[in-house]
Amino acid sequence: MQIKNRAKEYDVIIVGSGAGGGMATKVLSEAGLSVAVVEAGPFFDPADPKTMTQLKPAFYSPRRGGSSTRHFGDYDQAYGGWDIEGEPYGQIGETDFKWFRSRMLGGRTNHWGRISLRFGPNDFKRKSIDGLGENWPISYDDIKPYYDKVDKLIGVFGSKENIYNEPDGFFLPPPKPRLHELFYIKGARKSNVKVMPSRLSVLTKRINNDRGLCFYCAGCAKSCNVYGDFSSGSCLIFPAQKSGGQIDLYVNSMVRTVTTNEEGKASGVSFIDKDQNKEYKLKGKVVVLAASACSSARILLNSKTKQHPNGLGNSSDLIGKYLHDSTGGDMMAFLPELINRKTYNEDGVGGMHVYSPWWLDNKKLDFARGYHIEVWGGMGAPTYGTGFNVNNFNKFFGINKAGGYGDILRSDMKKYYGSTIGISGRGESIAQKTNYCEIDPNKVDKFGVPILRFNYQWTDNEIKQAKHMQDTFEEIIYNMGGIPLWGKPGKDANYGLNKPGWIIHEVGTTRMGDDPKKSVTNQFERLHDVSNVYVVDAGPFVSQADKNPTWTILALAMRSSEHIVEEFKKQNF
Amino acid sequence: MKRRDSIKSIALVSFGASLFLESCFGVTREKITRSLTRYDYGRTPEETLYDDKLFAQKFFTSDELLTLDKLCNLILPPNEFGSIRDAEVVQLIEFMAKDIPSYQVPLRNGLVWINEESKNRFNNLFIDLDQTNQKEILDEIAYYDPNDNMNDLPEPVQWFNLVRNLTMTGYFTSEVGIKELGYKGNMPNIWDGVPQDVLDQYGLEYDKDWLEKCIDQSTRMTIAEWDDEGNLLT
Repeated sequence: MQIKNRAKEYDVIIVGSGAGGGMATKVLSEAGLSVAVVEAGPFFDPADPKTMTQLKPAFYSPRRGGSSTRHFGDYDQAYGGWDIEGEPYGQIGETDFKWFRSRMLGGRTNHWGRISLRFGPNDFKRKSIDGLGENWPISYDDIKPYYDKVDKLIGVFGSKENIYNEPDGFFLPPPKPRLHELFYIKGARKSNVKVMPSRLSVLTKRINNDRGLCFYCAGCAKSCNVYGDFSSGSCLIFPAQKSGGQIDLYVNSMVRTVTTNEEGKASGVSFIDKDQNKEYKLKGKVVVLAASACSSARILLNSKTKQHPNGLGNSSDLIGKYLHDSTGGDMMAFLPELINRKTYNEDGVGGMHVYSPWWLDNKKLDFARGYHIEVWGGMGAPTYGTGFNVNNFNKFFGINKAGGYGDILRSDMKKYYGSTIGISGRGESIAQKTNYCEIDPNKVDKFGVPILRFNYQWTDNEIKQAKHMQDTFEEIIYNMGGIPLWGKPGKDANYGLNKPGWIIHEVGTTRMGDDPKKSVTNQFERLHDVSNVYVVDAGPFVSQADKNPTWTILALAMRSSEHIVEEFKKQNF
Repeated sequence: MKRRDSIKSIALVSFGASLFLESCFGVTREKITRSLTRYDYGRTPEETLYDDKLFAQKFFTSDELLTLDKLCNLILPPNEFGSIRDAEVVQLIEFMAKDIPSYQVPLRNGLVWINEESKNRFNNLFIDLDQTNQKEILDEIAYYDPNDNMNDLPEPVQWFNLVRNLTMTGYFTSEVGIKELGYKGNMPNIWDGVPQDVLDQYGLEYDKDWLEKCIDQSTRMTIAEWDDEGNLLT
């Protein structure tokens, strides 16, 4: 860790080191600017054997990979989760918002699903199409060159499909489908649901000589030690350091506020060194927030001063508002044809090899916006929970007897192993002003920093979309010869719609726009109110599309960072 | 194996040995438990402390561990691949009872119940019954209708289901169990599609135009280059 509290004034202070912070670090440091990266968690390198979990079998863990310390299991590389000791968040009324935080260099890019979808032309102009929400101040054509550069810089596999709202990019060839995915293709086609190769930022082919290639261990959530998948550290921050960038990393350093000078411009940040529990200040000409949508909103709202009594950049009173997460719905099925499978290594990449983009026209439906379908299943690595209720599927063969003991359990285990498939919908919700995070005036975390509380309710659009997911999934499952495993959730359970936050795609808290009264940032993700503060996480998203946000975070962060470089050249800071 | 010897083999593995070393060499229990285990799985310092705390606690008594060992062996008797002891199933149950404290009461109550049942019916502890009598007791709690909700079934049935679940997961996540199951992944390899004999078995084939889009694995080492339209050239 570098010396803190130094007198040095950085050109740029970047808060957070995930997708947005990593991209800003790379672009700004490679332009010759001096950069401080302030990360709330520890240093993390996927290649470090000390922290590595990739390729470790379940029995290396005393709980066999169970989830009592990490929500997605022992081997998932996210330090943090839904609940972090001493760092609570509150709920307003009946809200049950789930806020996932990963505190480590690279943030959530270390464990994410690597689903790397471009937003399409329609996704930037949804209000013009259905009258709901707001249009973005930019169009697909504005961002397309940056998507292209991100594809080539980081690498993404996929296929050219020529679908208007699912733009093609510069793809590496995708891997072949697995067996359960062939069953999905069969079922989906019978239901007239489009299926195509998935688009994941995993290297099926070299893009340079610095990064290793995917070796198909299904371990992307463990963060790849040969850098065969995208993480912010391996693909952005470490290469930027290697190419000689002036980058100081401040880890275990949680930013409390953006500090301002007498003119109301940002002068740097104050942060808590978590190792010493002491507060320090850093000076910078420009502050780039990339702490995640809700954390960046929290920092801005906590940065109150005389000039900014409402929080920094909040004259619109919109910071924290229009918070929205993807919709999510799931169904799991048993495929009787797949009992007693021949076993072979079908790990593949860490995620699906096939998926379905949104395929319908909302004009003919009773809800707005669409969803894409993800597929999972097959002969996965045994982990804690494998073998539970081993022969409950007996009931599907008319045998109303399960359990037992002795050698029958061994044969039942092998009989049913790899015979399930799951499908999940991930869709677009409509951003609502009434869905927001705000500062709880009465509560602080263990560092004394005021915490967030959430207010969030789904609307009819999302609930009806979830019902459509359940009906569609059920049909696809029957069409592939499967039997749904769970009862179909009804109206009382919002048709299985996941709680807000659960899909970990929270966006919109500092949304961009041309009108400072109706938005927090401009099209370059700069605060309308403060000319030297930018937000390059998913906060500036006006709408989230039925796509995962990461590829768009990266493209926007690249575009905004190039804008910052131009502004430096014009001596505007 | 005599009862005293089997106590040794179970307890020594998990705790006895560490306590013994602690008294002899005066080093901390945490250090020993960690050095005695091969649990090298990329923990953060906080997670290591938590694991150490659990390793330093003891939940089950030696008699309870022995009873569990017997039960687990009845659930999955040893075969040519391996045994409950190879898979360290009882150690896993001891650890999980501390890691997921809600397991503690049902696991312990069930052990009390099965000994009471054994005494009432056969005048002895479960572990000292002959196998015919042990199985007679198990036969009454080991089966259920999978259409029923487990939570509505008698407590001994629920308890045995929990022990069976922990035994199954313990065995099939162990080195010997994974081998027996036939899981072949979690190692570097090149995925090049479903084997032809498996496709044939299910009457499936890859679409020609889909396959044409997929990676030709002989080209994976060649650096990707595209034309301006995104067509891959290499």
